Formats: sequence, structure tokens, C-alpha cells
Amino acid sequence: MYIRDLITITSSSFLTYRMRSFLTGLGIAIGIAAVILLTSIGEGLHQFVLGEFSQFGTNIISVQPGKTQTQGGNVGIFGSARPITLEDADALRRLPYVEYVIPGLMGNAEVRFEGKTRRTMVLGEGRDFGKAFTMKVQGGSFWTDADDEQARAQAVIGLKIRQELFGDTNPLGQYLRVGGQRYRVVGVMEAKGQMLGMDMDDAVFIPAARAMELLNRPGLMEINVSYRADVEADVLIRLIKNRLIEVHGREDFTIISQEQALEVLSSVLDILTFSVGALGAISLLVGAVGILTIMTMAVTERTAEIGLLRALGARAQQVLVLFLCEAMLLSALGGGLGLLLGIGIAQGLHLLVPALPVHTPWMFAALAELTAVTIGLAAGVIPAMRAAKLDPVEALHAE
Amino acid sequence: MIELQNVCRTFTVGDQQVAALRDIDLSFGAGEYISIMGPSGSGKSTMLNMLGLLDRPSSGTYLLDGGNVTDLNDEQLARVRREKIGFVFQSFHLVPRLTATQNVELPMILAGIPAGERKARVQVLMQSYGLADRVGHKPDQLSGGQRQRVAIARATVMNPAVLLADEPTGNLDQATGWEVLKLLEGLLEQGITLVLVTHDAEIGARARRRIHMLDGRILSDEQQAK
Repeated sequence: MYIRDLITITSSSFLTYRMRSFLTGLGIAIGIAAVILLTSIGEGLHQFVLGEFSQFGTNIISVQPGKTQTQGGNVGIFGSARPITLEDADALRRLPYVEYVIPGLMGNAEVRFEGKTRRTMVLGEGRDFGKAFTMKVQGGSFWTDADDEQARAQAVIGLKIRQELFGDTNPLGQYLRVGGQRYRVVGVMEAKGQMLGMDMDDAVFIPAARAMELLNRPGLMEINVSYRADVEADVLIRLIKNRLIEVHGREDFTIISQEQALEVLSSVLDILTFSVGALGAISLLVGAVGILTIMTMAVTERTAEIGLLRALGARAQQVLVLFLCEAMLLSALGGGLGLLLGIGIAQGLHLLVPALPVHTPWMFAALAELTAVTIGLAAGVIPAMRAAKLDPVEALHAE
Repeated sequence: MIELQNVCRTFTVGDQQVAALRDIDLSFGAGEYISIMGPSGSGKSTMLNMLGLLDRPSSGTYLLDGGNVTDLNDEQLARVRREKIGFVFQSFHLVPRLTATQNVELPMILAGIPAGERKARVQVLMQSYGLADRVGHKPDQLSGGQRQRVAIARATVMNPAVLLADEPTGNLDQATGWEVLKLLEGLLEQGITLVLVTHDAEIGARARRRIHMLDGRILSDEQQAK
């Protein structure tokens, strides 16, 4: 039997029992639509959250002072962690694969320009800050002083500071007072918005060495190391750890890899997507029961026809294939309809509520359709086997 | 060509054994015209199912074209039915969802014959059976006589050696019945063996060889001298 003939014969029953086939297919369609809709929202959320966390780039490793651990006995002289310094940053800069090393610390200070004062976030950073993180200046540039320790008093300001303090005045080349010291404004950042609750536009960026002095801190809060994208995070973590132990004499620092943190987060979000998808799959099960019901009815109604097919020379196996094919085709069509419904509703929701992120990977759509066909196959097995096992004589004379 | 040797068929009804065919010895040659007559329950339907390989003898041997078909498996039986046997039924047994053409094509579809060849063979048959203008009609758009002609086309499209007709005129008015009968008898000229099961003595009398059955036995087997 040719596939084309198989489809012609099986689809003839859909065309005859239109309403009933449509309703049965709809059962599967609703299930698939639910799975697609829920996983689309889950996946959209996944990408949204990951995007939030990785907006500054993913191939960054952060080193922070202090080691999170529990020790037995008296902590003694080992108790206090050595601060991480600009020398440490220089040591890391000489490691292979490293692209940029940005020492960083953060605090609050008062900034003033021509009588206007504002209390704002001060970020002490390295000169490669803008290159390592995907943050651009709107005007001017970052300071270029090669030596972080001897960097001149130059500042890059956030967009909000520019609006609030400078108004219509061009801030580039102007002198801004940060905590009482004079800084020449060399750049204005592009709008970045909120990042984990911090307003990155309401900030002033100054060289790390000067920030340490200004904020009166003995060391850095962190060193961010950006590395080549083709190198594994593990390699860099090992290199950084060895180098710092060499310098410090012991491991009194913590290394956090952006990539590894994102992997953990991503796997958590994957479980979320999978769980909501599984919830949708329950309705697929109901659809499968619908297919089973309709196929059982079809076998009963067409008993005489099965007898006829056997008389015309159909093998039992051909009868089996005919009914299996019908069940599969029915759920495949239902599944297709469900895909359209699910993607349509997801996109519609996104239009209505733009804040709700939605994303349907093709992989999910293909998997959902495959699931639909498999469900049809599974639901069709019992009725089809019944049809194939019918005694030709009895079937032929059934009314 | 067909030979039944000592064939018995018993059914189990409840806890009782009922014999539908008892010790049947029978042989048909190619091109014979046979009618099988008898009252209800005489075993003529079982005989037809047996001849058509839809049923198996409980004991005895069935030889078709010299080959023993008694112990073939399902697949082999299906193949023999497809290639050597045509069925025509009282209630036509057309698939209501398929067109006249598709119904005639069914045995060829099951046999895996490509669409091009099927179309050609169906066209010739529909033409010669006067159905040329009914090819795209569904069974419920056809008259009784047309339906039975479609069924006969379907039964003969694989050029079978034997055509088994079970009360082929039972659901037709007399005039249409005669037409259908003439069509069937026309097939004899092509060398087909026609077996007609009926309880209508007038129709049965048209066959050259008449077999009367009663209680699963052959009561009489008369050859009409021509």
C-alpha cells in the first residue's frame, strides 16, 4: 500500500465525520496549545532573566576578598582576610587569555557642580570598564591613563547626573566636585537604566585608586576579569586562583564566574519551563482519551467494512496500519492546530501585555507535534489491534 | 481447479458443537457456472466463506489451482484472496466514504499497484459496465443496480479466477436483478468460475450446475445437459 493511498483512505473518514473529527482533534489541539503557551511563557521568562543577568557580558570572572568557609578552632591571625589591591589587579593582568582587568569598588558621595549638590553612587573602576562590560559612553570617552594607581582626577558621569547637575551645559571638560575633590568630566554614559535595583544612570565613575582614597577603603571590593570567549571559565578560574595564592600566600578570596552562575540559574529556569510544560501535558492526556474513544467507535461502526477489506485481500497488518494511521493523522492535525493556537495566543498575550516576555523555540514546536503524533499512535494501538484481530466472516456480516 | 476433499466445519455455540459443513467433497473446473441453493442454515454461506478463504475448514483439504490452501497463514491467505477470488455481496458492501472509482481501486490499493496503472484499469471497467458517468459519485448517489455494478467491477478488477456471489440480486428489483445477473454471466466468457449462492430457485436454475444443500450436506449436484 502506498503512503498516498493510505492518507487518501484514512482522511476520507475525517471528511465524512467532520464535526466529530474536529472535536476530537480539538482535544489534542487544546493540549498542545496549553503546552506551547506555558512553555513559551516559561522560556520567555528564562531568556528575560538571563538577559538581565548577562547584560554586562558573560565571560567575566569576579574576585572578591574574603573566603566563605567555616573553620574549626581559633581563627586567630588567619581570621582577617587581606584586602584585594590594585597590585593584585596588575598581577592578574599578566595572566594568559585575560582581556581586561577592572578593579572596582562602590560607595556613596556628594557631587557638586555650580551650586547644585546631589548624593549619588560613586563607582571606582579601571580604565577598561567600558570595554569589558557592554557599557558605552554617549559622549567623550573613558580616561586612558595606563597606570590605575596614578590615574588623574577624571570622571565619567551617568546620564541622570548630567541632566540633574549640568542641565543644558555641555559637561565635557567641566570640573565636578566629588566628595570635595575636583574631577574633570571626560565622558557621559549612555542610558543603562536599573540593574538589580541600582540606577546605573545615577552614578559617577572615577578611577579606582582615587575612589579608595575618597571612600577611605583599604582595598578593592572586587576585581572583574574579562577573558577571551573561546576559553573555558574553569581554566581562567584555576589560573586566577593560583596567581592570587602565590601573591597572598593563601586562599583568602572568593572567585565567582558569571558563566557558572548563569548556568545554575539557567538550569533552575529550565526546570520551571519543564514543570509548566508538564502541567499543560495533562490536558494532552485528556486529548488522547478522546482519540481512543473515537477510534474505538470507528472500529465498531466500520466492522463490516473491515470484513470487506479482508475479503478484498487486506492483510490483518494492513487493517492495523489503516486504523493507526487514522489515529495518528487525527492527532497530527489536532497538534498542528494546537501549535497555531498556542503560538497565536502567546503572541497575542505579548501584544496585550508587552511586559510579559514570550518565546517559542522551534525545538519545542517540533517536539510538541511529535508528541501529538506519538499520542495518536499510542491511543490508536488498542482499537487498531481490535480491528486487525476481527474474524473476517463475523466482521463481514456485522450490521 | 477448486477441490474440496472431505471438508468439515464445526462451530462451537455455547457448549455445543454445531456442524455447518459435513464431509463435503466437491470440485469445480475453470469457467464453470455453479449455483448453490438451499434454505437458511443449510451451510451455503459457510461454503461460500470457505471457498473464499475467509473461513478455514475444521478438517479436510482445500485445493485451489492445484495448490493446498488449507494451512496458509493470514498473509498468504490474503494474497490468494486478492489475486484469485472476487466477492459480490447482497448488500453491495461499498465503502460509503469513497467514490465509485476509489471503491473499485481498493483491491489494487491493497495490492500496492501504482496509481497510473489503477486509473487505466478502472477506466476500462467502468466503461464496459456502463458506469463511465458515475466515476466520481459516492455510493449513496448511485442506484441499487449501479452500486452492484460498481461492486462487480471491484470484484473483477484483479482478474480473479473465481467470483463468489452471495445473493447478488437480493436487494434489487427484478429488472435490475436480471441486468446484474447478465453482467455476471457475461464474465463466464472470460473463463471466470462463477459461484452463485441463492435461495431463489428461478435464479439458481440459470446455472448449468446446481448444487442443493441441506443441514451442511450436499443434497444434490446436477449438471444440466446443454
